[in-house]
Amino acid sequence: MTAPDVTRAIRRMAHEILERNSGCEDVVIVGLQTGGVSLAERLVSDISEIEGADVPVGSLDATMHRDDFDLRPIMSEAATVIPVDPTGKIIVLVDDVLYTGRTVRAALDAIHSYGRPKAIQLAVMVDRGHRELPIRPDFVGKNLPTRRAEMVDVNSDGVDLGEIS
Amino acid sequence: MKALRHLLSMDDLDRDDIDYLLDLTQRYVEVSERKIPRIPALRGKTVALVFYEDSTRTRISFATAASRLSADALGFDVKRSSANKGESLRDTIETISAMGIHGIVLRHFGAGAPWRVREWTDASVINGGDGRNQHPTQSLADLFTARRHLGELDGKRVAIVGDVKNSRVARSNAIGFAKMGAEVVFVAPQTLLPASLEGWPVSATHNLDEVVEEIDVCYLLRMQLERQHDAPVPTLREFHHEFGLTAARADRLKDGALIMHPGPMNRDVEIAGEVADRPNAVITEQVANGVAVRMAVLFVLIGSRLDLVEEGSLADQESAVA
Repeated sequence: MTAPDVTRAIRRMAHEILERNSGCEDVVIVGLQTGGVSLAERLVSDISEIEGADVPVGSLDATMHRDDFDLRPIMSEAATVIPVDPTGKIIVLVDDVLYTGRTVRAALDAIHSYGRPKAIQLAVMVDRGHRELPIRPDFVGKNLPTRRAEMVDVNSDGVDLGEIS
Repeated sequence: MKALRHLLSMDDLDRDDIDYLLDLTQRYVEVSERKIPRIPALRGKTVALVFYEDSTRTRISFATAASRLSADALGFDVKRSSANKGESLRDTIETISAMGIHGIVLRHFGAGAPWRVREWTDASVINGGDGRNQHPTQSLADLFTARRHLGELDGKRVAIVGDVKNSRVARSNAIGFAKMGAEVVFVAPQTLLPASLEGWPVSATHNLDEVVEEIDVCYLLRMQLERQHDAPVPTLREFHHEFGLTAARADRLKDGALIMHPGPMNRDVEIAGEVADRPNAVITEQVANGVAVRMAVLFVLIGSRLDLVEEGSLADQESAVA
């Protein structure tokens, strides 16, 4: 995917989110640290533009809820900012790449320690398959079949597929 | 941060370690502010709180920290245990260890006790205060609190005032603040200073008025009457007049200077009652931060397996494949 492809995909997902939720009332967009944060901000700016209404945007670091937390160095700069009490809201979690589903599982746990949302939806730029948990995205930028040995990089220039050396 | 199995003294930590622990503490402060302040980081782990000396805040603080990390905390009240029937410390520790615990928080009246305990158990040992020697988690909470208000502590001036001789908090904080680049001065009458300050990264004075206008932190120590057997001061009133933080002295502190105290306070002895309630007195915040700092220590000692991971390699790889 090139950068314009990503821009168009974000635009489409913004429309899909609005369509699914009949507007943006009660919708809160939350980007997963670190890859989902900038995507969340771009989604929110598109949604606001389309709908002419402000949507709260936050960020969530689910590291401490991961099942392999003890094996991961802690990034002190990755902040969690939940701008409103999620109770009764529709939370749209945003990440760059959906792979095993473990980050999303951790995020589902983490978000519940802030409150009880009415619904949680998942938007990802790339779904690369290889799920290890029963988790599926609601909004997808691109389905990208991969091998486990490959890596997916979503950056400002678009989406790249490479080999893990 | 180096892999750490025990935390017995502030000497166990270098500056990078302290920075790492304080950064991690910041994360746990955020967890503590959530509606449901609990994360699964230490699920399945058990921590024994072995207290041979009275303590309210340290014990409750560790118990709260453990439960916020989903660990089980077993209280071990010596007054109601077999130690009361003459069981030795060694037998007590070996018995507890045989039950398969992962961490021991030890509070003991004997200086050096945690160093012996470390030899008798496979669990991680955390010094929760040993005699007049060390109280590292108190010091980390104080460093965190000071850093939060003052920013980096390099070049900051810290006065530790009062019963230095009997205070493990003074010893841990002298090391801790000095390692963070601060300048530490003990302020006490000769009778309440250690016999020798050789090797300590501190200076000493008998005159609080001399330094009060220049310091960034005025750290008052509790007069430990239970450890004083030789009448080091004529009367507590006189001590308050000479070495206490009176309202008049507190007025002379520079703007933004912090008033700290490890608690429990003797109001109108080391600190005037009114002064302890001023906005620049961060004494209750020290307590709140104590929980988060102990979460960080518990996690690093018994939860993290960073020693098995080459620094950063796993995270880099995983974020690449996300």
